[in-house]
Amino acid sequence: MANSFTRILSSKRNVGILSLVGAGSLTAGFLLKREHVTAGANVRRVYPASAEYPDLRKHNNCMASHLTPAIYAKLVDKATPNGYTLDEAIQTGVDNPGHPFIKTVGMVAGDEESYEVFADLLNPVIKERHNGYDPETMTHPTDLDSSKLTSGQFDERYVLSSRVRTGRSIRGLSLPPACTRAERREVERVVVDALAGLKGDLAGKYYSLTNMTEQEQQQLIDDHFLFDKPVSPLLTCSGMARDWPDARGIWHNNTKTFLIWINEEDHTRVISMEKGGNMKRVFDRFCAGLKEVERLIQEKGWEFMWNERLGYILTCPSNLGTGLRAGVHVKLPRLSKDPRFAKILDNLRLQKRGTGGVDTAAVGSTFDISNLDRLGQSEVQLVQTVVDGVNYLIECEKKLEKGQDIKVPPPNRK
Amino acid sequence: HPLGLGLNVHNDYKMKFSVDEEYPDLSLHNNHMAKVLTKEMYSKLRSKSTPSGFTLDDCIQTGVDNPGHPFIMTVGCVAGDEESYEVFKDLFDPIISDRHGGYKPTDKHKTDLNFENLKGGDDLDPAYVLSSRVRTGRSIKGYTLPPHNSRAERRMVEKLSIEALATLDGEFKGKYYPLNGMTDAEQDQLINDHFLFDKPVSPLLLAAGMARDWPDARGIWHNESKSFLVWVNEEDHLRVISMEKGGNMKEVFRRFCVGLNKIEEIFKKHNHGFMWNEHLGFVLTCPSNLGTGLRGGVHVKLPKLSTHPKFEEILTRLRLQKRGTGGVDTASVGGIFDISNADRLGSSEVQQVQLVVDGVKLMVEMEKKLEKGESIDGMIPAQK
Repeated sequence: MANSFTRILSSKRNVGILSLVGAGSLTAGFLLKREHVTAGANVRRVYPASAEYPDLRKHNNCMASHLTPAIYAKLVDKATPNGYTLDEAIQTGVDNPGHPFIKTVGMVAGDEESYEVFADLLNPVIKERHNGYDPETMTHPTDLDSSKLTSGQFDERYVLSSRVRTGRSIRGLSLPPACTRAERREVERVVVDALAGLKGDLAGKYYSLTNMTEQEQQQLIDDHFLFDKPVSPLLTCSGMARDWPDARGIWHNNTKTFLIWINEEDHTRVISMEKGGNMKRVFDRFCAGLKEVERLIQEKGWEFMWNERLGYILTCPSNLGTGLRAGVHVKLPRLSKDPRFAKILDNLRLQKRGTGGVDTAAVGSTFDISNLDRLGQSEVQLVQTVVDGVNYLIECEKKLEKGQDIKVPPPNRK
Repeated sequence: HPLGLGLNVHNDYKMKFSVDEEYPDLSLHNNHMAKVLTKEMYSKLRSKSTPSGFTLDDCIQTGVDNPGHPFIMTVGCVAGDEESYEVFKDLFDPIISDRHGGYKPTDKHKTDLNFENLKGGDDLDPAYVLSSRVRTGRSIKGYTLPPHNSRAERRMVEKLSIEALATLDGEFKGKYYPLNGMTDAEQDQLINDHFLFDKPVSPLLLAAGMARDWPDARGIWHNESKSFLVWVNEEDHLRVISMEKGGNMKEVFRRFCVGLNKIEEIFKKHNHGFMWNEHLGFVLTCPSNLGTGLRGGVHVKLPKLSTHPKFEEILTRLRLQKRGTGGVDTASVGGIFDISNADRLGSSEVQQVQLVVDGVKLMVEMEKKLEKGESIDGMIPAQK
């Protein structure tokens, strides 16, 4: 496939290999990478940085908390090798001051190099969002060996469904806030090509948003698989919805238990799910599917964006590390009314959402319960946290049913 | 840099990909940009960049993201700076021609803000004409436009505007209300006066990047009698509005011309005149507003005429358009319509307001005839 992309990839491959191999010590690899990406891309500025500094007085997001005038002045003249700038990275946080209760991240990455070139801002943002994880000194463990998971079968009188999702980015291609139409189309081609190689219970079909029939569209809606053009200003202000629906689509296997979104908020979102409480099987399929997709893209000379400081590289800093959200829909009518519910969840490192997902309310005491953390712990560790935590919640619910008292568990390590 | 070869690192990066890979999918689109942007044109223009770094893809993003409407033909592209209209001439010229009645690249546009040249306009029947209004836009030379400007540039436009407006006196003495700094009381008052503008919600505007950094450096200025109003940094650098209740369009236009000329004098003194050239007239963000950028109109009661089978034809012949009283894309309420000039480029301010004055006068007379049960067939005008 001699096209524009093979030529670009050969120059990008060196960057990727450096980060994977580490080039000696962690620090040396980190420094080599930073020098490589900060060289040679400077932005034409007409006005001094102080005249351009955004007004963040009414803002409450992680970017606003850490973007001092000094850091702005230092970074505003820089661009990644592809030309992505600080102002572009922070636009979403400038345009969306934030919520008094929910602290949003307020910035995105336009490409893998953004995390290096704008590290002076991204590192403190990452540290705040991921509970003190310091990208300069720490390493992130990746572990997709699902055989290590224990007790992964929930009581199905309480757990209605189980789901694990993550994201993956294709190294060498810019991320959704910055990608050109050509890059986005190449992401689609690379991923769809790889998915066509999946076999057995993973075999499936791709539905491009531009080309699907009305019937296919209705089926995808009924299955709750279809994603729409983003409406949240958090996403649209970062430029992710440009050229919609060009090169966007949905792939799923024939049994509808393994699903991939292409070119929505990330290059890919990978979802494994089933009705019922067999989180073990959901996680087995998740890991097997991810590894197989990775093998298939590597056959063609591609790889996922990953490094040992930040794990898997995704558009939003909140999804670094594992990018993993493992969760269940679980009925907790008594426990959810107990005043200790929030504290129990917190100590178990879990969060609750309504059954419509983030920013929705619970319906009839059925909650979406999932892991809070993304970075600093492995996939196996996080799914185990969910398994252990949900089992504990179910035990609490059963105790309350019998009129027994429950205990708030001690805080889980980090 | 020579015009068209401005520094743009991202655009240089994009040039590594082929035309076929980058050319947008316009197969479901119905807007002016989609009608003219062939792959050949895309190929020719994609390497170019204005001196400030605005590219073809920047111009067309709003048209790619908003395929359009089966009935209403949107423009589908914007300018990021004055030079856009020159660097991307191959794109803009055919769009301008299609949108502005065949206006050619060699045509010259006449500017006439001499209010004394308007005949009549002070005798529209206030029993029918409820209010009169003239608006236009202005861009300040030397600064890029809302789709592209940086925060510092936008703040400079605001600063210059505040300084200029602060020197006005007499009937034009007024006050500036920055969107960021107004009190709740001021905000309520501006809403009650129907002056306050909001962050745009139309995807046509959002996709062009005009709402970035809202509400930084946006604001509203108006005179004490609330008859002359200026919006700063909404869709254009400045939108200037003259208005009052009743049908005295002559007075509204007088105030419009006098106020605009005063403001322009002040900007020119500081070496920041308005963007204007003899081909395109006043240069604004959207190609649909080139020329005069003027929309002069009235709210007028025409319950009988508006249901007459020849209503649309009469409007077309008079070179007028109708809207509901909420503005563009709204429906009329109680037989009251917003009637304004359809043209912007190729005729002067005086000519366009004259058409409104003469046309509305005629339509009110038609309405009165229809009230008496008489026919209006003998009054149908020839095409203007």
